[in-house]
Amino acid sequence: MAVRAHRRGPSTAAPPFPPGTYPVIVVGSGAGALQVSYFLTRLGIKHAVLSADDRPGGMFRNFPIYQRLNTWSKPHAPVAPDSHHYAWYDWNTLLADDPAHQALVPEFMKGDSYFPTRAEMDASLTAFVARTGLSVRYGCRWEGTARTEDGFLLRTSDGEYRCRVPVFAVGMAEPWKPVIAGIEHVPHYAEALPTEAYAGKRLLILGKRTSAFEIADALLPVCREIILVSPRPTLLSINSHSTAGVRARYLLPYEDHILGGGVFMLDAATSLVERTARGFRITAAGTTRPGSLVLDADAVVAATGWTSPLGDLRGLGLATFAQDRLPALTPFWESTTVPGIFFAGAAGQGAIGLRKHGVPSNSGGLGGFRHNSRVLARYLGETYFGLAAARPTLQPAEVVPYILSEASRAAELWNQRSYLARVLTVDRARGITDEGILPLQHFVDAPGPDAVAAVLETDQSGDHHPAVYIRRDGRVSEHVLPGDPLLNFETEEHRRQLAAALGDLLQL
Amino acid sequence: MPGREELLDALAGLALFADLSRPRLEEVVHTFEEEVFAEGQRILRQGFSGSNLYIILEGDAGVVIDGVQRTTLGKGDFFGEISVLLGEPPAADVVALRTLRCLVLPATDVQAFLLGHPHVTFRMLQAEARRLRSTTLWR
Repeated sequence: MAVRAHRRGPSTAAPPFPPGTYPVIVVGSGAGALQVSYFLTRLGIKHAVLSADDRPGGMFRNFPIYQRLNTWSKPHAPVAPDSHHYAWYDWNTLLADDPAHQALVPEFMKGDSYFPTRAEMDASLTAFVARTGLSVRYGCRWEGTARTEDGFLLRTSDGEYRCRVPVFAVGMAEPWKPVIAGIEHVPHYAEALPTEAYAGKRLLILGKRTSAFEIADALLPVCREIILVSPRPTLLSINSHSTAGVRARYLLPYEDHILGGGVFMLDAATSLVERTARGFRITAAGTTRPGSLVLDADAVVAATGWTSPLGDLRGLGLATFAQDRLPALTPFWESTTVPGIFFAGAAGQGAIGLRKHGVPSNSGGLGGFRHNSRVLARYLGETYFGLAAARPTLQPAEVVPYILSEASRAAELWNQRSYLARVLTVDRARGITDEGILPLQHFVDAPGPDAVAAVLETDQSGDHHPAVYIRRDGRVSEHVLPGDPLLNFETEEHRRQLAAALGDLLQL
Repeated sequence: MPGREELLDALAGLALFADLSRPRLEEVVHTFEEEVFAEGQRILRQGFSGSNLYIILEGDAGVVIDGVQRTTLGKGDFFGEISVLLGEPPAADVVALRTLRCLVLPATDVQAFLLGHPHVTFRMLQAEARRLRSTTLWR
């Protein structure tokens, strides 16, 4: 596909969203903020979007540092790009209801890879803002937060804003390093140099997660040797069955290590980093293979992760976890300890979900959190602003085919396995109602009417299969349906088992 | 909220990890995920497949069977291991009685972890033996 030219220029119009009072304030202008703003707009919920940046894109303006993303946007997919289900094959495009605003990332890709470059991603996000008409007040930095009688006050570099509900879509945007003596000498992943700066060098990378492998993969052709050091063995996505492991796209260094070609992966806890005349000396202690290690390297990079820039929110009582890097959130991405404060985008991974079979939510990535934003916008509308979202009804005979179709191809369920569910409620007076997509955790833990929730799950063996959770008289039971080698869940056997699980639930 | 150093110190204070060196404790910190649960939140769900192994760092949890709380768990206790080891859904809910901070290890990783950390496995067996003894005495 051709890359479209796009122009960016200084605007002469007054910046939108002057200081004042708004029902909702979204902080950020990355993918998470844009997505939640889009859905709030679609629902007619007035809001301001404030960002310290000077243009949209957030993390994608600068990362991945070596250019290409690790999530796919497949130009040739089993379904058409303008179909609702195409989003499963395109993890990088923000969701939109209008076909003209869908599948934007593949539109900007050259077609030489199904992983977009950072520039292609950046262009698609800019186009999303332009085409959907979203507004952001750029250059407006959120600096402080306080509770008010009916909401919150945000102090910014442009003045004070008041709102009923703040939504922080500030990403996992702040470089994070563990406490190690001398680590201040080590540049973070975010500060890694251009590829040529590492030519002929012995590079040591602190970390063995995806960002560490991204660097190793990019620098494999130029480095003399690469050593990756972290306390635990490498966890691969193909073993974890989730994006929590290192993505296969970056696994050439792993093979190099296995074949003994100049990449070394050490399970060791680093205790000291020292500058030397030639570069660095790292002292570490082996973990899975005990022993002391002293390693000399020409260059070191800390690929040790990120943290969410939570500003002064901890001062309001915001609970955090994951070594103080993530806010603890309810299934609807609200702080568990500061009611009324919500999160969108990558920080939404603070809502854990059921983590069935160890598979976490996919909310740390755009492919997952974009779906959360749709759910969050509707939740805010209905909870705070009197929105009555449309809910289609179904006939009993439509339920089994609908659920199996959703499990087979709905992007929400595939991008957010065991986490987002299609929910149908059953009521004698109202019939069968499609409640839309909801967090599975909310469905199984909160009281509610008789209902069924359908999800896609992946078990320990890596088998994908649908599962339904049926609530009757307040009790929820789990029913796991069979997998299928070609992921076809619309077989006679699936229909039979699902109908048996539902029993007489649908008899109105 | 605890950072990495505080987490390492907290682990070192748990009986389960008492025999581990500092580097091996760091490996544990990198292997397990840390999670926090609000009061009233369920962590294990009776009858649901695919649960994980949890170790309590801070807070209390109730073990609830068919809606009746049978016992409580506190700092240093672990739960979910029976379900993980036997590959069966949990026979009880585990619910946070107040803010609960845990380490979690996916079921897929438990076997490798226990085989790779025999001292932890031994300590876990001791804890299971105590539970069995107290159950027997109770009868």
